Amino acid sequence: MKKEVKNEKAKKYGMVIDLDKCTGCGACMVACMSENNVPFKEDESNKLDSIAWMRVYKLTNGKPFPEADICYLPRPCMHCEGHNGHAPCVSVCPATATDYNHETGIVSQIYTRCFGCRYCMVACPYHARYFNWWDPVWPEGMEKYLNPDVSPRMRGVVEKCSFCFHRYQTAMNKAYVEGRRKLEEDEYQTSCAQACPADAITFGDLNDPAHAVHQIAKPDLKHGGRSSNPNAFRLLERLGTNPKVYYLSSREWVRRAGDNYLKKDKTVKKLH
Amino acid sequence: MSRLIEEKGKESESGGFIILFFILGLAASLVLGWGVFPKLLYSQKKQPIDFNHVLHVEAVEEGCESCHFFREDGSFSGLPKLAQCVDCHEEIQGEDPNEVKFVEEFVANEREVPWLVYAEQPDCVFFSHAAHVKMGKMECVLCHGHIGESSHSRVYEENRVTGYSRDIWGKNISGLKKNTWDRMKMDDCAECHAKNKIGYDKTSMETLPWPLNWALLPYEKQIGPKARVQAKKDACFVCHK
Ligand code: SF4
Ligand code: SF4
Repeated sequence: MKKEVKNEKAKKYGMVIDLDKCTGCGACMVACMSENNVPFKEDESNKLDSIAWMRVYKLTNGKPFPEADICYLPRPCMHCEGHNGHAPCVSVCPATATDYNHETGIVSQIYTRCFGCRYCMVACPYHARYFNWWDPVWPEGMEKYLNPDVSPRMRGVVEKCSFCFHRYQTAMNKAYVEGRRKLEEDEYQTSCAQACPADAITFGDLNDPAHAVHQIAKPDLKHGGRSSNPNAFRLLERLGTNPKVYYLSSREWVRRAGDNYLKKDKTVKKLH
Repeated sequence: MSRLIEEKGKESESGGFIILFFILGLAASLVLGWGVFPKLLYSQKKQPIDFNHVLHVEAVEEGCESCHFFREDGSFSGLPKLAQCVDCHEEIQGEDPNEVKFVEEFVANEREVPWLVYAEQPDCVFFSHAAHVKMGKMECVLCHGHIGESSHSRVYEENRVTGYSRDIWGKNISGLKKNTWDRMKMDDCAECHAKNKIGYDKTSMETLPWPLNWALLPYEKQIGPKARVQAKKDACFVCHK
C-alpha cells in the first residue's frame, strides 16, 4: 500500500473561468461565503473591512456607445505555483502560516499559525487576501448554520480562498472508506463551481488529461503552465506567479485587461 | 573581638531564617502548583448516563464498530446518535437505573444525549478516522485507550480556562505520558507520524537532529538517533482546516 502512495502523481487543482459565460450574478460569492463561514459586516460596501474570498469585478472597455462593452471577472485566490511552489504570499510569510501543498497544488492558510502581520496581503498581486479586523459576529441563531468542516477565524488573522480544501478532505475520507486513494473529478468540486448557474466555472486537476480543466486550459508545463488555448489567459501572467486559475474570453480587450500591457504590446501568446 | 563574634552570630541567625522561609515558600508553591492548581483548573463533570461498555460489547455482534462505524460518506460516527441506540432500547430491557433514565428521558422524548466527548479537539483540527483506521489499519486503543473495557463512564474533567477535556493535556500535570493514549495533543500526533515516516512523500514530517531531540518516552524504542518532531513545511494543511 505504501508503494501506491509513492507512485501517485501529484495533483494540481485548478480552475477555468469562462468570462464569456459569466453574467456577474454573484452566486459564486454567496456560495463561497456560506460554504466557508466568511463573516459578513453591517456595511459590506466598506471594502477596507468586508471579506470576500471570491469577488466579482466589473471590467469595462471604456469605449462610448455603440462599442461599449462590459465583462465580469470572478476572482478567487489564484493558488499561484510560482517556480516550484514559490507563491508570492508563501515566500514572505514569516510564520509558515500559508504554504504551497505539493500534493494538491493548493496554497494553504492555517489560521492558528497566522499572527496577522499582513505581509502576505502586500505580496499578493491579486488582492485575494483579507484581514479580520474584528471577530466575526453572526446574527442570532446563525451559528447553527455554520459549516462544521471549516473553522471560523478570529480577529487578527488573514484568510483567503482555499479551493474549498475541506471538501477535498471529506472526499478523501469517502475514498479511504471505499479503499481508494484517487478521487473522481466530480467528487471534489468547489462550492463556487457548483453554484454558478451559467456554468462558467470549471474545476479539476490540471495534471489529469481526463479532467475538463486540463482539456480546456491545456497548460504548457514547459512554459510555466501557460495555456495553449488562444482564448485563455491568466491574470498578471507576466509576473511569473504561475496561477492555477485560467480565464477564457473570446474578446481581445478582455484578454488584454488581464495584464498591464502597453499600447504597443501584444498579448503574451503572440510574443512567444 | 568579642563584639565581632557576636555580630557574626546574629548574621548567621538571620541567614538561617532566610533559608527557612525559602524552603517553606518553595514547599508551599510546589504543593500549590502540583497539587492544588490542577484540582482548581479542572472541573469535574459527570456523563448524563453512566455507560457500561463491557455490557454493550458483549451484547453486540460486531464489537466497537457496531456503534462506532463509518458512514457511507466517509465520516465517522464517533458518538452514535439516538437512532442507533433505539434499535435495541425502544423499551426498557433491564433494571439498571441508567437504562431506565436513558429510555425515559431521552428515547421517549426523542432527545439526543448530550454526551461529553473526552477526545473533543479544537475547531481548527481536521482528523480523519478513515485515513487512520481504514488506510493506516490502526487500532482504536492506540489513541483512545482501553475505553471498551470500562463498565462505568469516568469523570469528565473540563479545563476551566480552555474548556477542553483533560484527556487532551493528559492526566499527568507535567505532561509526561506512559502510553500512547495518555495525551491527545498535536505533539502526540506528530510523534507517531515522525516515527512511522507518514506523509504522502514520506518526508512531510521530519525529526530534529540530535542533540535537539529529547529523551525517549518510556514506551518508545530507540529507532535511531532522532526522536522529537518537527513538521516539514507544507504539512499543516493535512490536519488543519
Ligand atoms: S493569488 Fe495571492 S494569495 Fe493566492 S497564491 Fe497567489 S499570491 Fe498567494
Ligand atoms: S498575515 Fe499571517 S499568513 Fe500573512 S504573512 Fe503574516 S503570519 Fe503569514
